[in-house]
Amino acid sequence: MSDVAEAVTRAHREEWARVVAALTKRFGDLDVAEEAAAEAFATAVEHWPAEGVPPNPGAWLTTTAVRKAIDRIRRENKRDDKHKEAQAVYDDDPPEPLGAIDDDRLRLLFTCCHPALAMEARLALTLRMVGGLTVPEITRAFLVGESAMGQRITRAKAKIKAARIPYRVPSAADLPARVSGVLAVLFLVFNEGYLATGPDTDPVRHDLTAEAIRLTRLVRALLPDDGEVAGLLALMLLIEARRTARVSATGDLVPLDEQDRGAWDKALIAEGHRLVRERLATGQPPGRYQVLAAINAVHTSARDVRDTDWSQVVALYDQLVRLDPSPVVALNRAVAVAELDGPEVALATVDRLDAQLAGYHAYHVARADLLRRLGRSRESRAAYDRAIALAGNTAEITYLTRRRDQLAPWHRPRPPRERHPPRRPGRSGVR
Amino acid sequence: MQYLLSVVTDSTELATDEEMAAIDVFNSRLQTEGHWVFAGGLAGPDAATVVDNRGEQPVVTDGPFVETKEFLIGFWIIEAADLDVALALAVEGSRACNRKVEVRPFL
Repeated sequence: MSDVAEAVTRAHREEWARVVAALTKRFGDLDVAEEAAAEAFATAVEHWPAEGVPPNPGAWLTTTAVRKAIDRIRRENKRDDKHKEAQAVYDDDPPEPLGAIDDDRLRLLFTCCHPALAMEARLALTLRMVGGLTVPEITRAFLVGESAMGQRITRAKAKIKAARIPYRVPSAADLPARVSGVLAVLFLVFNEGYLATGPDTDPVRHDLTAEAIRLTRLVRALLPDDGEVAGLLALMLLIEARRTARVSATGDLVPLDEQDRGAWDKALIAEGHRLVRERLATGQPPGRYQVLAAINAVHTSARDVRDTDWSQVVALYDQLVRLDPSPVVALNRAVAVAELDGPEVALATVDRLDAQLAGYHAYHVARADLLRRLGRSRESRAAYDRAIALAGNTAEITYLTRRRDQLAPWHRPRPPRERHPPRRPGRSGVR
Repeated sequence: MQYLLSVVTDSTELATDEEMAAIDVFNSRLQTEGHWVFAGGLAGPDAATVVDNRGEQPVVTDGPFVETKEFLIGFWIIEAADLDVALALAVEGSRACNRKVEVRPFL
């Protein structure tokens, strides 16, 4: 890539949200902001090769985008409200001084993740307006038709305008609830990348996991004191660190205990551990993401799976159950309990979750594994079949099929118990 | 900016005394804080009549305009700076009348 092309790419990554946010604040309209920002970047692609990269690309892009927006408003407003035009175009109020935090991008993020929007719309809008992904890129990420995704974004923007969803950072009283909504969106993006669904996608979508991490870093820069933001970032880093070890050369999913720990990304693990320690040192009670990060920190601290401190893992799951008493968390806890108290105890817990989780593939994966370890091959096979039917990730299906086919026929004597049976604790668990 | 807060229900039972008292408290709050525009309760769909005069002759039909399990039983029209303010009031309103409330902006 040429230096200029690289500078444009970098500016897009680093400045897109700032340009959109600044324009939204000035013109109060996401459509105007988005299109003007896109035009400004197109202009940069045209002009920078000949004129050179400006010393402050962000300021250049914002100024250019403001001009483009004014041109557009003038063109469109020829026929109607002259008054509004005058207001928008000649608003020369000096920009509000920035405080310790960069308010504009934060406002943009909270607007895109407003609870009055459907979850899919929040995801799409955040990736477009804050992440700068194009509609075709978002479409590829979520496997819906391009027109459907375009409509989803258009509809969300229209609702923001018509219902007057405010462009502001929520009040202190509303902040924790609203931040958790933003983090839920980012974690969904990450998970879609980490366990991509669909027969034609790569099993791991690094573009999505990287984008989720980048946006979470941005939120952390904007809200450095929020423990759950730090927790989610640590969680993502510690999962991402294992990415390359998680799929074999033949496209099989490699469970945690079979992964080559030497292939884990040491820098990401170190950063994740640092964040977890930092949160522990505050002495404040942790939220869900911080506990999940701590669980992952225990796993990534063990040089060998045999060194895993299972009692600490189970203790952390106990804490998680108190914060989030959902059946999925109970399932993940049971999988850890199997390591501490054996598969029989764990299976009793897992079986009690049947009514709630019968449609969830990870439930059948966990059961299949526990039954296999107990030598109940026939039941295990049936559970693997259910799991395979419900799983959406290609690498996981390959892996589960292999495990099922390795099962001893049910009438054979009970096979010796493996020392390190695989665990597949599902989306909020450890992979 | 005005919003319509529609009270949605699936039963024509009238508000209980307790609900009426809570609604009164909510209404006076709307008035003192400057959100109040108008409010009213409605009779159930059994009392509805639909008039269609788009053709040559006006047609008058007994019953509501759509057949649904849920229907409108009352409403508030409020003045609010933005959706967050309207939603916060709707949260109070729903609690007061003990029914679901839909929030929609006026154009």
